[in-house]
Amino acid sequence: MSEIALVTQLKDKFGDGIVTVELAAIDAWVEVTASALIDVCEFLRDVEDYHYDMCNCITAIDYLHTDPKKAEKVDWAPHIELVYHLSSIATKKTLVIKVKIPRWKDEAAQQLPEIPSVAGVWTTAIWHEREVYDLSGVNFIGHPELKRILCPDDWEGYPLRKDYEMPLEYHGMRGR
Amino acid sequence: MSATNIDDPRVIEFDVRTDEMIINMGPQHPSTHGVLRLALRTDGEIVSDLEPHIGYLHRCAEKIGENLTARQFVPYTDRMDYLAAMNMNLGWALTIEKLLDHDVPEKGRHLRVLICEMNRIASHLVAMGTYGLDLGAFSPFLYAFRERERILDLFEKTCGARLTYSYIAPGGATADLPVGWTAECSKFINQFKKVIPEFHTLLTTNAIFIARTTGVGILSPRMAIDYGCTGPVLRGSGVYHDLRFHGEERYTELYDGYEFDVICADSETGKYPSSHQEVYKDGLEYPDVPSDAILGDCWHRFYVRMLEVVQSVRLVEQSIVKYDACSGSHGEPIKLTQKLPVGEAYLETEAPRGQMGFYVVSDGQSNPWRVRARSSCFSNLYVTAPLCRGVLLADVPAVVGSLDVVMGEIDR
Amino acid sequence: MAEFFNEYIFGDGPWSWLGYVIAALIACILIIHVVAVGAMGFIWLERKVAGRIQDRLGPTRVGGKFGWLQTLADGIKLIAKEDLTPDVADRFLFKIAPYVAFAASFSAFIALPFADGVVANHVNTAVFFVLAVLGLEVFGVILAGYGSGSKWSLFGAMREAAQVVSYEVPLGMCVVVPVFLCGTMNLTTIGNMQEGFITNWLVFNDPFTFVIAIVYFTCATASVNRAPFDLAEAESELVAGFHTEYSGLRWSLFFMAEYGSMFLVSGLAVILFFGGSNGPIPVGDWLANLLGGVEGSIGANLPSLGAITVGVIGVANFIFKGAIGVTVMIWIRWTFPRLRIDQVMAMCLKYCVPIAAFCFVGAVGWEVLDLPTPNNLDEKSRYEYHEKWSQEYLKTQRESVPTENDTHVQQAVPAEAIVTTVAVSQSDLDVNGGKQ
Repeated sequence: MSEIALVTQLKDKFGDGIVTVELAAIDAWVEVTASALIDVCEFLRDVEDYHYDMCNCITAIDYLHTDPKKAEKVDWAPHIELVYHLSSIATKKTLVIKVKIPRWKDEAAQQLPEIPSVAGVWTTAIWHEREVYDLSGVNFIGHPELKRILCPDDWEGYPLRKDYEMPLEYHGMRGR
Repeated sequence: MSATNIDDPRVIEFDVRTDEMIINMGPQHPSTHGVLRLALRTDGEIVSDLEPHIGYLHRCAEKIGENLTARQFVPYTDRMDYLAAMNMNLGWALTIEKLLDHDVPEKGRHLRVLICEMNRIASHLVAMGTYGLDLGAFSPFLYAFRERERILDLFEKTCGARLTYSYIAPGGATADLPVGWTAECSKFINQFKKVIPEFHTLLTTNAIFIARTTGVGILSPRMAIDYGCTGPVLRGSGVYHDLRFHGEERYTELYDGYEFDVICADSETGKYPSSHQEVYKDGLEYPDVPSDAILGDCWHRFYVRMLEVVQSVRLVEQSIVKYDACSGSHGEPIKLTQKLPVGEAYLETEAPRGQMGFYVVSDGQSNPWRVRARSSCFSNLYVTAPLCRGVLLADVPAVVGSLDVVMGEIDR
Repeated sequence: MAEFFNEYIFGDGPWSWLGYVIAALIACILIIHVVAVGAMGFIWLERKVAGRIQDRLGPTRVGGKFGWLQTLADGIKLIAKEDLTPDVADRFLFKIAPYVAFAASFSAFIALPFADGVVANHVNTAVFFVLAVLGLEVFGVILAGYGSGSKWSLFGAMREAAQVVSYEVPLGMCVVVPVFLCGTMNLTTIGNMQEGFITNWLVFNDPFTFVIAIVYFTCATASVNRAPFDLAEAESELVAGFHTEYSGLRWSLFFMAEYGSMFLVSGLAVILFFGGSNGPIPVGDWLANLLGGVEGSIGANLPSLGAITVGVIGVANFIFKGAIGVTVMIWIRWTFPRLRIDQVMAMCLKYCVPIAAFCFVGAVGWEVLDLPTPNNLDEKSRYEYHEKWSQEYLKTQRESVPTENDTHVQQAVPAEAIVTTVAVSQSDLDVNGGKQ
């Protein structure tokens, strides 16, 4: 696969920043650390022969089993996975970047987990990251205007998290 | 961002500087294509800043997807881009098939091309009609809907619904086409080909329409890619990219053996592909690009859609022939409670409004762990803000209409 | 009409003013009927024409197969609606705005002659009067826009103000050309001077006047806010512009004002350029001659049968031609998209004004250089055609010798509305000496 050459370049350049590479999956992905994210993205955007100049989608997947019996059966600890789907208009190639972050920075204080924002790399990420913040509760450091986009501005809670419960009422309207 | 762009030749200079006014266009407004709120800051008639607010149609489709099986989720995809519901169904079906590694028989593939291209025609007719309506031309809207009604009648014969079809399911389609459907479809296409020049007369070559749309909302190719714009918005800026050619193999194999062009202006000559003019030897003239039009403005985005309709007509004709020549199954849909294998799959298709992507993460159950819909209009809408700075108020519906947004897809 | 009342009922004494008042009231009621019934007819026409252009039928249920009474039904529905005023609106201005607009549109009909002598008030400077009053309609729009208390309405009102005021300039220039060609501002006279065959119509006088007629029609469409110049009520941008907050009867007054103005500018075009109440062939005159001539009278103070025939045919002719003008405006509205405000202004200042000015100079030059025209305007003196109805009437009272007509004219004409006319013609008679 042509991605092997790219992966070698990434590993050479970023070393520990690249956690795992999974080329055998249906969509090959590269997992990076949160701290190396921006550098890797900028490199991918500018690298010769690949030029991943479009960020198609940013998704946050909440890995948490609220049922403790199911939680015992899986081999992962609760975390949030951010998935960046990239593609290149120039070379028509695609790539997936993943980052794993904890679910809370400080659970007691309900502080959201942090990750650097790639809004400086692809401008379309501004709205995608707002949506991730709004629905999954991830704080993007360096984002120009991080506020809710789909839910109302004064909504509480992050709906797509697995342990989310609909509020009992919102401005006098019954929630559940 | 500048308050007033004095160097812009379209600006009327003010002697008296007035206070800026903040007004809301929407969420109830005749021309914002759904419930969209555009907060405008205007200095007289010049818009100095614009911020789109979305979320009025958010129906938590992604959360719902975690509680339903793959086949049960199909109606929810209909309601995303409800004007091109077949294409939404196709995107979801292909993603699930990618995850399952399930192949659809040949007849089913041709059926999918036929149905999706018909829906592309219908969707572009709506886009074109409502764009004329935004600019004040009332009649093309009705002409477009007259043709669309005929397409919707054909769709009603396939699946019983006029707007939200849930027809293309993972595995194939819910039912095969009725007997005689392809003959009626051919009849419609032959009549429709003659009607297309009417739209060119009413809109594309109309002097007032050209004055309203050329030079307005110019989107450079770099900005388009940076803002994640896809579909006719991207091709209207001269970027040669169409997923039916350049996408994933599971999607491009649907279009193997079909002849059609990617509608994109050639970067050197600025001309559009005209191979369809050799195909249509009945003397139909397709208008040239007017001299005022700059690549990437609203006129070009509109023209790309008009020419894509012609390409879709070609595709429909070819797919009718191929479908009729096939025998076998149209593709039975997968079981209702089909368990999805562990893994994840992402697939983008070329929907009429852009690249629509579906992302499914599964942990082995029949309900997916995570469903994500990547909406084409979501990224297309964001580009409104930089495009509309410094334009006149009347240009805002022109720009928003040329981006052809549907709120159902943006808010999901 | 006033003299009719005065002669028979009130006499010349202290009660004669009542005769004038009643005559004026009757004239007003007739004009309101023209405007209202005309609006009803034109709204029906618009819906039918729009339907046909859009490949559908339009109203077909109320009042028979063609939906004649649809507008009446809509009017009744509108009257029955709730009378809303927005909280933030300026109540007084909000309520008075539709009446101002309607009054302006309706008042201009006072000086518009439907045929020779069929006019509410005989104003000698009718062209000036009509243009001036027509421009007052913009007040209603501005009051509506401001008084609604909504930013969108304000937008519509400001656009309208800019547009209407700007288009008054080329409109005035276009209107001056027929005034120049006929030598009078009196609309009745201008209409009369185009009698005879179609070649007498001023639009065919010279190529410049032809262009001026087209420019006039464009500027007239702009000044009544019809598409493609209908930014003030642009649905797709401003919801409904200046009349967003209006519903029910108030809104229907705006609507009537709009259709009234459409008919008015169309009628003005007909009189100035397209022959007024004269048809392409002078059928009216032939019929009148068959019926014994236009002179004479049936009974006291009533014109002759021939004159009545001419009048009726003239009115029918005028309304028919005006309706054609309105139909053209409707046709254009449903075909073209809308222009942006800066394009509207550019069209006015960069296209309409220079073309109108150039054609004005051309038309004047044509006359000055005495170039050939298909009509016989040069041979006619406007005095022969000046208010023909009054002269015909006068002929019935006249003795033989022309010069004694000065005093005789004064005695025979009781209504004061004609005094100014008579004064003018008297001085002109002195200058030209021995006319008729």
